[in-house]
Amino acid sequence: MSDLRDLYQELIVDHSKRPRNFREIADHNYFAEGFNPLCGDRLKLYLKVDGEGVIRDVSFVGAGCAISTASASIMTETLKGRTLDQAQSLFETFHTLVTGPQDPAHAGIHLGKLAVFAGVSEFPARVKCATLAWHTLKSALHGGETAKTE
Amino acid sequence: MSTVHSAPVSGPATLEPLDAAAYRKDFPALNQSVHGKPLVYLDNAATSQKPLAVIEAIRKFYLEDCANVHRGVHELSQRATEDYENARVEVQKFLGAGDSSEVIYTRGTTESINLVAHSYGRTHVKSGDEVLISAIEHHSNIVPWQMLCEERGAKLRVAPINQAGELLMDEFEKLLSDRTRIVAVTHVSNALGTINPVKRIIELAHKRGIPVLIDGAQAVPHMKVNVRELDCDFYALSSHKMFGPTGIGILYGKRELLQKMPPYQGGGDMIASVTFEKTTYNTLPYKFEAGTPNIADAIGLGETVRYLNGVGLDRIAAYEHDLLDYATKAVSKVDGVKLIGTAREKASVLSFLLEGVHAHDLGTILDREGVAIRAGHHCAQPVMDFFGVPATARASLAFYNTREDIDRLVQAIGKAKELFG
Repeated sequence: MSDLRDLYQELIVDHSKRPRNFREIADHNYFAEGFNPLCGDRLKLYLKVDGEGVIRDVSFVGAGCAISTASASIMTETLKGRTLDQAQSLFETFHTLVTGPQDPAHAGIHLGKLAVFAGVSEFPARVKCATLAWHTLKSALHGGETAKTE
Repeated sequence: MSTVHSAPVSGPATLEPLDAAAYRKDFPALNQSVHGKPLVYLDNAATSQKPLAVIEAIRKFYLEDCANVHRGVHELSQRATEDYENARVEVQKFLGAGDSSEVIYTRGTTESINLVAHSYGRTHVKSGDEVLISAIEHHSNIVPWQMLCEERGAKLRVAPINQAGELLMDEFEKLLSDRTRIVAVTHVSNALGTINPVKRIIELAHKRGIPVLIDGAQAVPHMKVNVRELDCDFYALSSHKMFGPTGIGILYGKRELLQKMPPYQGGGDMIASVTFEKTTYNTLPYKFEAGTPNIADAIGLGETVRYLNGVGLDRIAAYEHDLLDYATKAVSKVDGVKLIGTAREKASVLSFLLEGVHAHDLGTILDREGVAIRAGHHCAQPVMDFFGVPATARASLAFYNTREDIDRLVQAIGKAKELFG
């Protein structure tokens, strides 16, 4: 189904208007910048990871469309308290979710709030918006400085 | 089957009002539904739809006349050559050029500009020289000059604009210097719709003996252009933005300049004779047309020009002027809309922002309402930077658009406000 409300769910609109964790972290130990040269979306992602590899704090700043802003916002909420390994696996899960079709193997995984992005798979032109923050996360965790989606 | 306006229509076009609804029937792609809604196509500055007459001309070439040009003694090659060269003459007359040898086929505006930057630029621009452009250029009229300046140690100068998106002519004049080797400006801005005062620009540059290239990609679909009246030295255009096929464009150049310029690419068709010691180049325009050209689309472009002559560019300009006025008023009335680009002289383009809704979200929502617009930086990032926005939504008109299309656009913007409300 490709109704606009499937894409622009209340939660997405809410997070796009009032993004959570929208700030810098001065004492971050992971950082990357992401941008989409085609639409001009950009964001900076900050992470503070402790000695056990647990994400203690994560935040972002930047400007983009509702999908990319909400995705970044919900991503930061989801990541807090997770380990780096879990973050990596969430990246895979999210990628599968938005690029569809739905893989039954992922049916058992608890997506939490991320599930609101399922509608993106029906809007191929917007997949890059939804994944920008996640690619930036991957880049930050792998020591890169910039991530691009286009 | 519906009536097709066949080209050519004899006699000069009179300024009787243009009946857009009737001409829409000539464009098969307009007659479809998108996401269950009748298509409203308002992305003409990106590319325009093609009339059936043009599609049929290309089809006929492949079905009946397909052969290479300028080579064969056989019947098909002669037919192909004749149609290919007749198309050039159509374009010559369309632009008011003095001679068809001044009309060079390229892949499009971008290649036309690259040709001049490469061939004219490299022979005339030296270290310490300057190239002057304006602040509202498309990337394709920035980057080739940037590359040239970098290679030559020359300086790229940019004439500034005001908040309405109009070129500041005093500043432009001040930037013309003894070091300026060429001026390259757009006729109509693709991002804002501003019509540049190109005639005045050319006069000022010529007073100092500086040649001028005009990027006409966004002008030719909307107004009558006469290169001899303008007295421009080069004029670049793309077929696909003026209802013709993709993959073909034109560089008009003054004969005396083209003659002195070295070839842009080497290969077949651009030579008179070749030995391993020495190659003698072909005459104009073939010197600049290396390799087997895009024959089918050149023929398609010729048919496009015949079609446009039938409609009449003066009528198109008058009709679109009214329609843009209607659209500007209708869209401005929507609460939260801010227009970007409010020049007094404008053509076709309505660039805007909707408060609280990013241009890309607006583009997606409008698409689901059947309304096709462009969202983004429109390959004019410096323009976006000037206005301090990452992107705008852009509705761009053609003569087949109607007031109903504008009403649908306004309704769809309302839908976006509802979703984000």
